[in-house]
Amino acid sequence: MAANVDIAVIDYGMGNLRSVSKALEHVAPAASVVVTADPQVILDAGRVVFPGVGAMGDCMAELKQRGLIDVVKQAAASKPFLGICLGMQMLFEHSEEGDAAGLGILPGRVLRFPDEAMYDNRHNRLKVPHMGWNEVHQAVPHPLWSGITDGARFYFVHSYYVEAGNPDMVSAFSLYPFPFTCAVAANNIFAVQFHPEKSQAAGLTLLGNFVTWDGNIAPNQCDTFNTECSL
Amino acid sequence: MGLAKRIIPCLDVNAGRVVKGVNFVGLRDAGDPVEIARRYDREGADELTFLDITASSDQRDLILPIIEAVASEVFIPLTVGGGVREVNDVRRLLNAGADKVSINTTAVNNPQIVADAASRFGSQCIVVAIDAKANEAGRWEVYTHGGRNATGLDAIEWAIKMQNLGAGEILLTSMDKDGTKSGFNIPLTRAVSDAVSIPVIASGGVGTLQHLADGVIEGHADAVLAASIFHFGEYTIHEAKLHMLQNGIEVRL
Repeated sequence: MAANVDIAVIDYGMGNLRSVSKALEHVAPAASVVVTADPQVILDAGRVVFPGVGAMGDCMAELKQRGLIDVVKQAAASKPFLGICLGMQMLFEHSEEGDAAGLGILPGRVLRFPDEAMYDNRHNRLKVPHMGWNEVHQAVPHPLWSGITDGARFYFVHSYYVEAGNPDMVSAFSLYPFPFTCAVAANNIFAVQFHPEKSQAAGLTLLGNFVTWDGNIAPNQCDTFNTECSL
Repeated sequence: MGLAKRIIPCLDVNAGRVVKGVNFVGLRDAGDPVEIARRYDREGADELTFLDITASSDQRDLILPIIEAVASEVFIPLTVGGGVREVNDVRRLLNAGADKVSINTTAVNNPQIVADAASRFGSQCIVVAIDAKANEAGRWEVYTHGGRNATGLDAIEWAIKMQNLGAGEILLTSMDKDGTKSGFNIPLTRAVSDAVSIPVIASGGVGTLQHLADGVIEGHADAVLAASIFHFGEYTIHEAKLHMLQNGIEVRL
């Protein structure tokens, strides 16, 4: 255990990962957090964070060039795994953004907010990217929502959203103006469209939940059918 | 309920201190940037913007440790602008902990920097700041160098061009209004906001809480930026949000 890092933040050369690592260090001061492209470090880490910004095709190309495609797939199959923003989108099969293939770890596709739908109920135009603080409505209980109010606001910045192939994996949705999936949960994978590292108290709570999560989907010592459950 | 309109306090930083001028001149000390950032975060600011107005380039590096200090304890989006001349400056600010970098004069001198920076770091972190001033033709002209140099560019056309080159957001300041406390330039804000599909931050002229609400309702701004009404303790961010809420504007409380 000694040499292994607790939390590996996968660095594939797209964007700035400092915010993510700073926030993880803040919620887990005793943990070792590394930003890395080293396959062995990622595979040996206790848990993995997969962030991302930019275009999906570029990100996939960078992952491929660094020999990280299979590494991400293995990590996503084996340990607590948190996808953030493009790191969520890339888990799916395909994106409209540049007609790019994703990792295909989860069923579903990534779509652009359609121009014709982007009006609010007063007929004002809604801007794309969807940028700012939106309400996150929790669809099902999950250990990562522990201590977070249903409907708490998180910070978003994105122009594309995930349409999950399996509705059971939708863990939360937001409205812009229609409901879109902003968090998915599948076994040891949890992935969010918003930026917990930039979402103040609610975001830090989610990251704090992730760094202690055992990777099981049901809340600890509690299942979703148990109405006595206090979580 | 959906996306909240953002309130963004702006910290003008000169050689490591927060200052505030009137019509781009006459600087007044407003305090320590890290301490002010911490207070705004506690009060519920949705983002923070730092504009480095330091004149000399060697002193401009003083902003980097400030951003680092703020980013290690304030977990909301941070925008930093001022003195960005090349893509490498964008990288340095992002590495210090900025989430977005605002480009102004350099975008006018070399529009390609906006495309290059957006393709390298993503549109989400590239803000183009536009300082605009009314002209005789009843339109608005883009100015650079902190409002000293006229460019001949039309502000609305310029905003569209910046969007097309990859800017993720426009920070629009009315130079006629900045520091006057007489409210945003509503016609300018509305014209630019309606002309682009990316978010527009209204800036320049806030003196009352109603001005903030007007920027959103009348000006169609996606976010409102203000400095002096917050720095000198006239209003808290929380009071500003409550006022916007009373005007039917969705805010994060």
